[in-house]
Amino acid sequence: MSRLRVELPGLDLKNPIMPASGCFGFGKEYSQFYSLDQLGAIMVKATTHEPRFGNPTPRVAETTSGMLNAIGLQNPGLERVMTEELPWLSNYNVPIIANVAGSTIEDYVAVAERISTAENVHALELNISCPNVKEGGLAFGTVPETAFEVTKAVKDVSSVPVYVKLSPNVTDIVQMAKVVERAGADGLTMINTLLGMRIDLKSGKPILANGAGGLSGPAIKPVAIRMIHQVSQQVNIPIIGMGGVQSAEDVIEYFLAGASAVAVGTANFVDPFTCPSIIDALPALLDELGVHHISELTGRSWKKSWDLQSSSH
Amino acid sequence: MKQLKTELVSQKEIAASIYEAVVFHKEIDESFQPGQFVHVKTGFGSDPLLRRPISICHVDPNQHELTMIYRAEGKGTKVLAEMVPGVEVDLLGPLGNGFPIERTMEGETALLVGGGIGVPPLYYLSQELTKRGVKVKHVHGFQTSSVVFYEEKFKAYGPVTITTADGTYGEEGFVTNQIDMNADYLFACGPSPMLKALENYRAKKGVYLSLEQRMGCGIGACLACVCHVQGDETGFAYRKVCSDGPVFQAGEVVL
Repeated sequence: MSRLRVELPGLDLKNPIMPASGCFGFGKEYSQFYSLDQLGAIMVKATTHEPRFGNPTPRVAETTSGMLNAIGLQNPGLERVMTEELPWLSNYNVPIIANVAGSTIEDYVAVAERISTAENVHALELNISCPNVKEGGLAFGTVPETAFEVTKAVKDVSSVPVYVKLSPNVTDIVQMAKVVERAGADGLTMINTLLGMRIDLKSGKPILANGAGGLSGPAIKPVAIRMIHQVSQQVNIPIIGMGGVQSAEDVIEYFLAGASAVAVGTANFVDPFTCPSIIDALPALLDELGVHHISELTGRSWKKSWDLQSSSH
Repeated sequence: MKQLKTELVSQKEIAASIYEAVVFHKEIDESFQPGQFVHVKTGFGSDPLLRRPISICHVDPNQHELTMIYRAEGKGTKVLAEMVPGVEVDLLGPLGNGFPIERTMEGETALLVGGGIGVPPLYYLSQELTKRGVKVKHVHGFQTSSVVFYEEKFKAYGPVTITTADGTYGEEGFVTNQIDMNADYLFACGPSPMLKALENYRAKKGVYLSLEQRMGCGIGACLACVCHVQGDETGFAYRKVCSDGPVFQAGEVVL
């Protein structure tokens, strides 16, 4: 078995590297640079029931080693994703993780029920953590009761496993993780962006038209690592980690923290070849670390030595 | 589009905070068209993080050299201004859709209107139009005399009128006071108030405007640089400045 192959609920991944939702569209643009077959999976752009235009521009602003965005879940809507985007992606041998968003629980349910029937959609990523929309999004991801309710409702209708994308903009990330696990989540993806803002000195006003936006990029990696380190010790479902991943070394750090796979977001904008470059670099790095299979690293930062012994037998 | 690890051949300040950089890569060729842009990694680490979209000022396909002119204003462009000849400059390009020079014909006329750092892409355009036998005239607006550049270079292709907002060079005022509407085409690049003013001008065969917007990916994936479509009642139609533009026919998108 390949030393990068990872099996997670609904997902048989040839490697644990995938582009993160919102940073890769529906794949077409990046397919001009490399074959999408190389990727472990693709987390496609959030899909809502109806089309959304999103927020006014400017929608992005750079910060120190990071970026703020407030795109506002712009997407062509469920119908077009089902009839155009997903069929196009089926030209590639790569499992799709469909990011599902909405303003009401009914929205989430309607999108989840239908999108989970697409042949190449192997899992859902429940987006209860988008900071850039007025209704829904983050509102579902910061209140434990609503997070439970929407997760359970989506689980009831989904034909594929459901991963819940957690927001870091909460007081107790472990509580949120446990709540969605209890609601039936098959896995977690974490973290979504951190709420932030930049103000233009000349105008004296926020740079983003939306005011606040979501911070991503290398600046947030330590936050994600800490949260995954905490959460992975408290839940029994796998975590796909994300936040500022740029290199194979970053991927290893995420595994050590407790992730079982890793998504690459903002780095795609910096270097479109980030994902394939990481995939190429991982085997040599595993050699250097004396590790045969990448999954051996999951949670090694907190597992006791006898855990490690037993997990390798 | 490609990712090219180019070599910086030369770089100099040609006006106040305005830099002209020339890069070399063997794959720089005639596929780089006027009005397209390159997405440039400035510096080597993760700060600055994102690439900077910079218009193509000139391409020499025989020497495989590309010239870009930019204003060192923000963190990224200031880092770029400090790079010295010999270093690697990582760029994506050519990106976007440029000016529709293929529609022009010998003997036609074109008025090229640039504002500030919107002037550079018009240089390559002017050269290519001239090659096709199109007669070109230029109107370039700047804030003040210290930031005026490339006046002589443009004169090689056709008459140049310079305006400055403070009247310290050329005609005082804005480019819009100097527009001669007898041209077949009007091609423009500059700040959005200027483009908005030009949007209502009519040239016999078309007005084409090159837009500027903050970008993320530069290739159409992140939806940072979208604009609405004029006349779209649904509100959902959009164009991406990076991959559908940056050049649009006047009236296509909401400026």
